[in-house]
Parts: sequence; structure tokens; C-alpha cells
Amino acid sequence: MKLLVNGKPVEAPAGSMVSAAVALAGAWLYRRSVTGEPRGPLCGMGICFECRVTIGGKPHQRSCQIPCAEGMEVRTDE
Amino acid sequence: MTDPRFDVLVVGAGPAGLAAARRAAESGARVAVLDDNPTPGGQIWRARPEPARWLSGYQVILGARVIAAPAAGCLTVETLQADFEIGYRALILATGARERFLPFPGWTLPNVMGAGGLQALAKSGLPIAGKRIVVAGSGPLLLAVAGYLRGHGARVALIAEQTERAALLRFGASLAAHPGKLRQAVELRARLLGVPYLTGCWPVSAQGAERLESVTLRRGAKNWTEPCDYLACGFGLIPNTELAEMLGCRIGASGVAVDDDQRTSVPAIFSAGEATGIGGLDLALVEGEIAGYAAAGRTREASSRFALRQQHRRFATALEKAFALRDELRSLAAPETLVCRCEDVSYARIRACSGWREAKLHTRCGMGPCQGRVCGGAVEFLMGWRSESVRPPLYPARVESLARSGQDR
Repeated sequence: MKLLVNGKPVEAPAGSMVSAAVALAGAWLYRRSVTGEPRGPLCGMGICFECRVTIGGKPHQRSCQIPCAEGMEVRTDE
Repeated sequence: MTDPRFDVLVVGAGPAGLAAARRAAESGARVAVLDDNPTPGGQIWRARPEPARWLSGYQVILGARVIAAPAAGCLTVETLQADFEIGYRALILATGARERFLPFPGWTLPNVMGAGGLQALAKSGLPIAGKRIVVAGSGPLLLAVAGYLRGHGARVALIAEQTERAALLRFGASLAAHPGKLRQAVELRARLLGVPYLTGCWPVSAQGAERLESVTLRRGAKNWTEPCDYLACGFGLIPNTELAEMLGCRIGASGVAVDDDQRTSVPAIFSAGEATGIGGLDLALVEGEIAGYAAAGRTREASSRFALRQQHRRFATALEKAFALRDELRSLAAPETLVCRCEDVSYARIRACSGWREAKLHTRCGMGPCQGRVCGGAVEFLMGWRSESVRPPLYPARVESLARSGQDR
């Protein structure tokens, strides 16, 4: 499955979540905290909201709970 | 109301929820199961074949989270695309557990994750092959996670278990009464040959510029630093009781309070599995079966499983005793260490407050998107405060969903 993460093409295995595609693109910073600290996933199960990214222009999506889809555009650090 | 009424509605598609749904459906009830995750199985059966054995005779609604309860017998549910109400005659709360995270300097760095957290992310495709990983915290989950990570090509540097060896040995001896558990423990240890399992050992800080580069560990009088790509760290599990609290169910010392039939203090609401207290897979399954039968009115079938449940509860008690958190962990956080990661609230600011209410009002601790699910367990352990009121929305929800919630009645 092909996605774009911060404009970079990534091939993610079928069944993987957006959180994985971000890591496969070599990124580790998913978002910045309210005081500007770098953050990445913590709980892996949708409760901590640390893995939020922008998907298809929609901000604050929990990347660990959303399956990758062909052609998806993902942006981190927004 | 647009949605048809279900005889039994189950929240949570983990082992307890699936067992409950299966038994209720077999009893002739019209059953549905809701879960926030995109696939059934919960955390322990994530990306595993086991759920298939239990999925039969009922509807499963995935990617759906409960945000409010506008009236008795009705829940408001939100998915990525829509929001709707679901009516029920009996409700079974099988909302599971989450990891307890404890703050220490550097714990907010990217690539410091939960132990179960890293496993869940790896099962969701996060690449771990060749990565050097330190597994730390407490509980049998650490061994399971380390075994999984190693089995998928990670280099597990060590496992740091905060509990002392003596407590573990006593626990090990008690496993003799639970041959299945003993076999599991032996198999796990065999998968981890060559990986140091350090008891009485815990992380004191994590270092890195923009992401994790190393973790400093303590054992006895010794401190040392291990370079690593990931730190997988969780200090046991805590029950997810928020939905039960919002519905007015009484919460006991270990989780949602239930009677012999897994009934909560609120009529027609049952609860099963980790939400009622941490006890592991086998206990969750039998509690789910009992709740499913009882919710469908088959109390004789429910009571036929009480003895089995009692046996698994004894194991849960031994587990809790063996992995009790040590006092030293209360002094890991420095004054400037963040406790609330949503609102970036430091330990010093929380310590200056007299209780949860004041902390929420003055610092916004626990008021961010996770609504205290991450910092709550830490604050409870560090300060002894328990969050007292849960109000809808249970999760951050769309304004439209909230506006519509309960509008039809």
C-alpha cells in the first residue's frame, strides 16, 4: 500500500496502521506538545492521543487507530 | 431513535466482551458488540487468530467509541464518519485495562513507549527488526512483550522488573496451583534465553535530543546507562472504569464493583474482565461468559462457572501481591518532569495543589484530549488522588455528535 508521509512516498504492508507508515518514512516526531516538545506514540491503543497526525488534511487523527489506505496523505508535526 | 434495540449490548471486543457476547447470543438474545479499535480481539488478541473462535451469532461494530449516555438504556456512539444512538435492555461493560505509566525525566521523548504500547504498535506494522530495545516496568506483560519483540527480530537488551526477586520466587511457587500459567511462564522464559531479566531494577531517566537515545537504570546501589532505540515501559495495568463511572456504577478498590453474576450497582448493567480488576485472560473469559449468560437471564449456566472464576481470581490476587509497586518509584519524577502530557503540567505544579479538583482547575492536569487516562494512574500513585467525577463526552467528540446526543427523546 502506497502512502505519502510529509510528501515522502512510503510502502506500508497491508493491515498496518498510519502510526507504522510514519515510522516507515523515518519520522519519529508525530506531533508537538502545547509547549513545543517533540512527541510520538505512547500507548498504541488509542487512549493517549500522543500519535496524532494530519490525515488527508484532517488534523488530530490518532494514527495508531486508523488503518493505512492507498494514496493516503499524512503529515506530522502540524 | 433510529437504531433497533438490542437485548444485550457489549462494550469492548476483547476476550471478556467476545465471551459475553457469544454466550448471550447462544442464549437467544439479540446481541451487539462495540469497540473503538478497527479489529476485534482487544489488546491481548490484537492481530491474533483467537477472536474468530468467539465471533458468532452477533453484530460487531468496530471503530466506534461511546461518548455519552443520554438516557437509561441508550448510548451515544461516534465513528470516524457518523454518530448514532444504540438502545439496549442489558449492557455489559468489558472495557479492559490500560497500562500504568509513571513519569521520570525523559519519559515524554519520542520512542519511549508503553510495554504493551510498543507491542501493539509493532503488531500494527511499526518496524522493530534490528532495533535495540530495553523493556522495563512491572508485571508478566514485560516477559510477553519481550518475547514478542525478540521473536520479530528486535534485540532486547534487558528486561528491568521493579519487583524484588524474593516476591517473584514466592509468586513462582504459587504457580504450581495453576499448571497452565506455569507452562506459559516456562515457555516465555525459554523464548528469552540470553536476555537478562533484572529484578529490583527500574528506569530513572531517559535521554535524547529530539528522541530517545539511552535509558539510565538503577539496581541496588548501581546506576548505568543503556543505549537503545526504544524503551518499552509500563508499570502494570489499570482498569478502564470511565464508562462505568459515567453510568453511575460503583467502583471498588480493584475496579468496577460487581456481584456474583457480574452485575454492577446499576440495574441491567454488567461488567466483566479487566475493568472489574486486573486478572488476566483466563479470568476475563470466564467473567465474560458469566456476564453473558446472566445478562441473557440464564443464571444457572452463569453459576456453573463460579468455581472456575474463583480459581482464576486466586491467581489474580497472587499476581497483584507479587508485582506491587515499590515506594522508590514515587521519587522518580523531578519537579520539572511533566506528569500530564496533554497539557504539559509538571510534577511541581501538581504537588502544589490540594487534590484532583484543584489540579484540574489551576493547572489543567487531566483536562486534555486523553482526559486523565494517562496522568490519572500516575497521579493516583504519586499523590494518592482518585479522579472522582466522569462526565460526557467520554472522549473528545465532534460538536455535531454532542449536539445530537439525546435529541431524539
